[in-house]
Amino acid sequence: MYVCTREAVKVPKAQARDLETMADSGSEDLAVIENTDMTPSESENNLRNTMVEKGTSLLKKMEISVAEAEKRTGKNTVNMQETYTVYLIETRPVDAASEGNNSVPDSLWRRYSEFELLRNYLLVTYPFVVVPPLPEKRAEFVWHKLSADNMDPDFVERRRVGLENFLLRVASHPVLSNDKIFYSFLTEENGWKETVFETGFQAKADSRLKALNAIFRVKNPDKRFAEMKHYGDELQSVISQLLRVRARAADRLYGVYKVHGNYGRVFSEWSAIEKEMGDGLQSAGHHMDAYAASVDDILEEEEHYADQLKEYLFYADALRAVCRKHELIQYEMEMAAQDLISKKQQREELVTGTVRTFSLKGMTSKLFGQETPEQRDAKLKMLETQIEEGEDLVKDKNTECEEFVKSAWVDIDRFKEQKDHDLREALISYAIMQISMCKKGIQVWNNAKECFSKM
Amino acid sequence: MSTGGTPRSLPSSGQKSLQDISHPLSAEEAVRSCSPDILNTNSTGEKDLSLPNGTPVDTSSPASSSSLLNRLQLDDDLDGETRDLFVTVDDPKKHVSTMETYITYRVCTKTSRTEFDLPEYSVRRRYQDFDWLRNKLEDSQPTHLIPPLPEKFVMKGVVDRFSEEFVETRRKALDKFLKRVADHPVLSFNEHFNAFLSAKDLNKRQGLALLTKMGESVKYVTGGYKLRMRPVEFAAMSEYLDVFTQKLGTLDRIAQRIIKEQSEYLMELREYGPVYSSWASFEGELHEPLEGVAGCVSNCSSALDELTEDMSEEFLPVLREYVLYIESMKNVLKKRDQVQAEYETKLEAVVFREDKKTPVPTDVEKCQDRVECFNADLKADWDRWQNNKRQDFRQLLMGMADKNIQYYEKCLAAWESLILQLQDKQEAKCETN
Repeated sequence: MYVCTREAVKVPKAQARDLETMADSGSEDLAVIENTDMTPSESENNLRNTMVEKGTSLLKKMEISVAEAEKRTGKNTVNMQETYTVYLIETRPVDAASEGNNSVPDSLWRRYSEFELLRNYLLVTYPFVVVPPLPEKRAEFVWHKLSADNMDPDFVERRRVGLENFLLRVASHPVLSNDKIFYSFLTEENGWKETVFETGFQAKADSRLKALNAIFRVKNPDKRFAEMKHYGDELQSVISQLLRVRARAADRLYGVYKVHGNYGRVFSEWSAIEKEMGDGLQSAGHHMDAYAASVDDILEEEEHYADQLKEYLFYADALRAVCRKHELIQYEMEMAAQDLISKKQQREELVTGTVRTFSLKGMTSKLFGQETPEQRDAKLKMLETQIEEGEDLVKDKNTECEEFVKSAWVDIDRFKEQKDHDLREALISYAIMQISMCKKGIQVWNNAKECFSKM
Repeated sequence: MSTGGTPRSLPSSGQKSLQDISHPLSAEEAVRSCSPDILNTNSTGEKDLSLPNGTPVDTSSPASSSSLLNRLQLDDDLDGETRDLFVTVDDPKKHVSTMETYITYRVCTKTSRTEFDLPEYSVRRRYQDFDWLRNKLEDSQPTHLIPPLPEKFVMKGVVDRFSEEFVETRRKALDKFLKRVADHPVLSFNEHFNAFLSAKDLNKRQGLALLTKMGESVKYVTGGYKLRMRPVEFAAMSEYLDVFTQKLGTLDRIAQRIIKEQSEYLMELREYGPVYSSWASFEGELHEPLEGVAGCVSNCSSALDELTEDMSEEFLPVLREYVLYIESMKNVLKKRDQVQAEYETKLEAVVFREDKKTPVPTDVEKCQDRVECFNADLKADWDRWQNNKRQDFRQLLMGMADKNIQYYEKCLAAWESLILQLQDKQEAKCETN
């Protein structure tokens, strides 16, 4: 069994609750999962432990969780009544927890839009980081039973888990965890929004956004980044497809299990007219009912797997964003270099008097006479200043680009490793889910078979 | 046992010797169904029994003693040691002639019964021959429940009469039919059954059978006697059959629905697995687990395909065949009603006409005997039928459970081996870290 925890970290309250519900769902007929198997929540726990053991300074001193969700009603910005959900963020100093001291944690309530604001801030402030994604805003890839309603309790619960996951991801990131705005998001309920706006990130956001949406061509595309972007595209496409087909398959599987419930009914009715066969039929019918009912838990667990895939679906987007930002920086750098070259050329022409490049000014001066020496000197001086500035700009842009490439690539490597590890864990836990489902199936049918044998 | 020598072919008495079987007139045997007259007639060898239409009853063993023997049969579950007649149907072959194309089946018999000249037989028969046999049995043993045959007619263009699945389903049903006849203590001694199993050529008798069958059925349909009161037990049987038919219908529908849902699920799985493969194609570290999952999904798909096929080909046909069996039973109940109705009508006529104390005319007496013997035979056959039904369904449902268990076991094996494969790697990694 894979257990790679080196630090015993107290399981956050919400996580503990998850484990409890896992155990409780093992009702009557369900097979006991052997000790050698890992339950899906154990696998998830391992995920968190791996995050924690990365040992960011933030996580070393504080425990973070999104403990609860609540419905609120209030007036929105256009003074209309609205219902929304708020989430309780709890933080607790690590020392207090490990001492077994059940001290009351610090807590504050935040709504989804505030999480979005935080993330946007991080995106703009750390463009070279593959920023962890938020859980989806609206339920997508639903199969028929799942409600697409944001107020649905199951959706809210899964979102709570997703938000907690987001916070832990940020808190375990070597760069993002040190951000002050993030820290105050966790600790300061009032006035946080104002603090974020004060950073002026929105101005940067707007211009960056415009630039990113613009179509531009880079002369010498960086091969590595191009490959990464392509990878991001493919990852997004394949996970979308996977989630779509999985949802359809879940729908069908639900149908298969539920129809077996009809056996329960007909066996019961049939047993009424039988003498010797009656008991066997009746009890077999109960097992068929249990079988039909078991699919609800099975599919709920699978949603958990779907959520893990979704996280990386959105991560793919974040990865592409980093590549796009790099392209932008490179483009700006190329533009700056090109601008400098043309300025230098202009200077040369002015000095030597030869016109190499076509310019309107050149034509007009040819037509309407040349400029005076004073005019020429003034122009030359201006050009020199511009060239100086241009050279500084090119140097800055070069540095910016180099630094971006360096840090981005560090983060991309970190992301790759995380992705490989997490998805591998997710696939293993998916296999474990399937094993559990098979074992339950075998047990139910064995029970039914025994009842039939007594007919 | 009887003074005039034993009836021509006494069925195997199993482990008990004839001496140990109690005398039919002894106190233990409640000989309610047959009047003393009949027994006397039998012991002198006279065969006075006849069908309402006058055709002499062709009995290898008299109806009354057959019912007694039925009740004497202590254990219907004949095990290999007590059984002395084994029949199988196999080896379907297609025959093409200028006139027609048809399938023949090999019918193998192994027996130690003296009624057969040889201990082993192997003949080829086609469906027509089975149909002939069934008609003959119905004619000659009208008071008994004859097992059903699979449907005779299939819609051309809808079902391929020569497809492997159809032929195999039919073969199984024909095999079951002969086995049920062979296991019946009375029917198995029928001379037509003997001929069917042993004769080289059956052709000559077919024409006569058709006529006989038609004549009889017409008579029964237009018999027109009204039944006064059906005895409680037969009314209960009829009611049971009605409800049972209903439940079977529901069962059939449910099974079909499950097969449909499973097929649609299978379709999705067939699309689902390959997505993991295409993902694996552009991953490095994740290539192995992704391909592994694709492989597992593929294995599960195959297992599901097998399950669905099994249910279609083995479960549903047996279920449907039972509907035919119920129809046969209902027909026998109807015949019984007819016989009783005829008796009651005749009796009524006699009672009305009587002003002097004249003995009841013999044909009314014979009617009464007919009724009582029919009732006895029917009850015995009903019990056997119920028992067979219980065993058949027990086997059928256990088989269904087994198939589902096998499906899950196959899936389980696939996923477990993947886990082993992946967790080994993980542990190795952990150690090196």
